[in-house]
Amino acid sequence: MRWLEYVVFLAIVLGLARPAGLYLARVCEREHTFLDPVMHPLESVLYRLLGVHPEQEMRAPVYAACFLLFGVCCSVMLFLILMLQRWLPGGPADHYLTTPMTPDLAANTAASFATTTTWQAYAGENTLRYLAQAIGLVSQNFLAGAAGLAAGFAFIRGIARERSATIGNFWVDMIRSILYVLLPLALIGSLILIWQGVPLNMSPYTQVHTVEGHTQIIAQGPAAALEFIKNLGTNGGGFFNANGAHPYANPTPFTNFLGMLAICVLPASFMVTFGYLTRRPRAGWILLTVMIALFALGLTVCDWAEASAPHQLAGLHITGPNMEGKEVRFGAGESVLTAIVTSNTSTGSYNSMHDSFQPAGLLPPLVFMLLGEVVFGGLGAGVYSIVMTALVGIFLGGLMVGHTPEYLGKKITSAETRWIALYALLTPLVVLLLTAVAVATKAGLAGLTTNTGPHGFTEILYAYASSMANNGQAMAGLNANTVFSNVTTMIAMLAGRYGLTALALALAGQLAAQRRTPATAGTLPSDTPVFGALVFGTVLVLAGLCFFPALALGPIVESFGR
Amino acid sequence: MNGSDEPAERCTAAALSAIPFAKFRNQLRPAILSVIVLTVLTGCVFPLLLFAVGRPLFPRQAGGTLIERGGNVVGSALIGQEFSRPEYFHSRPSAAGNGYDGTSSGGTNLGPNNPKLKDGAADFPGIRQLAAEYRARNGLAPDAPIPIDAVTRSGSGLDPHISPDNAALQVARVARARGVSESAVRRLVDRYTQGRQFGLLGYRRVPVLPLNLALDEALPKVRTESR
Repeated sequence: MRWLEYVVFLAIVLGLARPAGLYLARVCEREHTFLDPVMHPLESVLYRLLGVHPEQEMRAPVYAACFLLFGVCCSVMLFLILMLQRWLPGGPADHYLTTPMTPDLAANTAASFATTTTWQAYAGENTLRYLAQAIGLVSQNFLAGAAGLAAGFAFIRGIARERSATIGNFWVDMIRSILYVLLPLALIGSLILIWQGVPLNMSPYTQVHTVEGHTQIIAQGPAAALEFIKNLGTNGGGFFNANGAHPYANPTPFTNFLGMLAICVLPASFMVTFGYLTRRPRAGWILLTVMIALFALGLTVCDWAEASAPHQLAGLHITGPNMEGKEVRFGAGESVLTAIVTSNTSTGSYNSMHDSFQPAGLLPPLVFMLLGEVVFGGLGAGVYSIVMTALVGIFLGGLMVGHTPEYLGKKITSAETRWIALYALLTPLVVLLLTAVAVATKAGLAGLTTNTGPHGFTEILYAYASSMANNGQAMAGLNANTVFSNVTTMIAMLAGRYGLTALALALAGQLAAQRRTPATAGTLPSDTPVFGALVFGTVLVLAGLCFFPALALGPIVESFGR
Repeated sequence: MNGSDEPAERCTAAALSAIPFAKFRNQLRPAILSVIVLTVLTGCVFPLLLFAVGRPLFPRQAGGTLIERGGNVVGSALIGQEFSRPEYFHSRPSAAGNGYDGTSSGGTNLGPNNPKLKDGAADFPGIRQLAAEYRARNGLAPDAPIPIDAVTRSGSGLDPHISPDNAALQVARVARARGVSESAVRRLVDRYTQGRQFGLLGYRRVPVLPLNLALDEALPKVRTESR
């Protein structure tokens, strides 16, 4: 039955990819949409208010600088809201807020939400005021998601255009993403969540006299405002500590399924947008097929590990899948689906505790994050994650054939290869360096308060992989609210967001200036199954070359442990 | 500088040369203003809009799906709570605070190979001990198979459900403690068992609090057996 659920899920994602992708293309190209009567006046007002000239386009460096500048301003705004939250009116009562909002925690959170990472070194229900969550975090989920979508649009333009000095206007792309994509979908989705039971109130924490006469305090809040956009914007930071596992955040299997669709549909359909705007629809579909194949592979491995009875409990006469850290309403099936979806899409909205996963079950989410989330990927960011990997494959293919490599009529010369190589190297460099520093220092090892040994190593590697991929999910046994951890994960988040995007935009600017060369007999066609296999293989080779030693010290050795 | 050989190209350099490129020094104003204005739009207007539409449509859910009995709030249908008396169905073990603490959601985060998970530690019963206690409570043989959700802690620590298998093993104990027939209890469990959503999603499950409230309503404890 859970396999049927997986298949239905992928079928819906694929079914929506074309209509949603074509709609995104209209948003990107500033064409007429059915939302124009409502949104167009608002759009014009915003441009006037902000002093944006929508016709004025940006060169790649300016576009990248705006992306960075916007992120910095977002972070500063959120940092101020968090540091000043004690003066915000409304619940919850002070004595429930037991985690102090220290400057390092506020800075980490500010960087984290502005980069769509939403790594949370705190527990929502005992750290944040309702208004800090609503004004500060809800807005960042929109803004950071929209900025990512904008960068994706700019990257596509880089490949779609020829002999163009510019790749679009960041403010226009970002504002259109909010108005025409995120805001309307978030309104509908959030209402569905409330219907299913996600609370939306400003009430004090409820004091309950339980059936057996005890007292239970239940955290409340405007959770529904955050819980849908966190998935739609591929952010993932939840209202409550347990995130998607919390029954208020994710009350039914349907809310979970809907959340997973909210995460996947836009990034998947972005490949259709890519194919349509570059006028190579098949090239987009081939990349989407590679994604689905990788997704299915990860899903199979994780399902096999988690849905079988834990071998550690053999002899205790206990039946059923590995349910430690999982909810009965999700069971193994939706927990595995969610682990694979969230680890692929820079969305950390887990609904089960990954720390309690089997090592083999942890491997796919960890590898997907280390790969830079080439499967679907973050909103907007996914397209350059996969295309960059494809370009590495094309470069390797070109070396084998002896031709100058090209992709969609754009030549990949040494100038382009420089950006591609830097892009491919940045993630292993940052993740492995920070992991090495953490395991070599007392401050880094101090986070291992729950698990030790290979599992503890995996926790640390997972934390930096997640931060670098702007994912935000954690193996939560790691105590991450320390100055060391707050600073180092912040470095990874910033490198993952601004470093990778700047490199992708630099490449886009270079490609936009090129003219398209017609395909010749020596051209490796980019819309055939052979090309798909090349990309698929490149993904696996890159993962193996960069990360096998680290993976061997973590989940792999733990699998052989007992 | 002309794109006429590619007429379909939407934005050529030639078309753009009429308008100057955006300069970086002009971007500071939109950067600062956009963050402020969009924060108001998405962080204030959006939640308020949601409040205006969502709360009147779904007042019960928006308030946290609370359940009242005799004028008191006895819990939320979505949030699990601790049950230890024999006449009630018991929830799963919980790692939220000291158990079902609604202000401190979370799991154990223990790795599957962590010895603490199976064998426990001071103040922390491991799965082995939880299984022994569960069997003793429900009068099961020491090697009787039990469903894993009965001896593992959920991710939230607030799991409101147990599996139907778990409920079935508790029926005899609950019936005995209430002095009612097992079949009557079983019928109630069946009535409260939730199926897969839309016949496809998730798993069959039994919501513990609503079931226990229904038990008190429909099959109250026979007085002579109580203190």
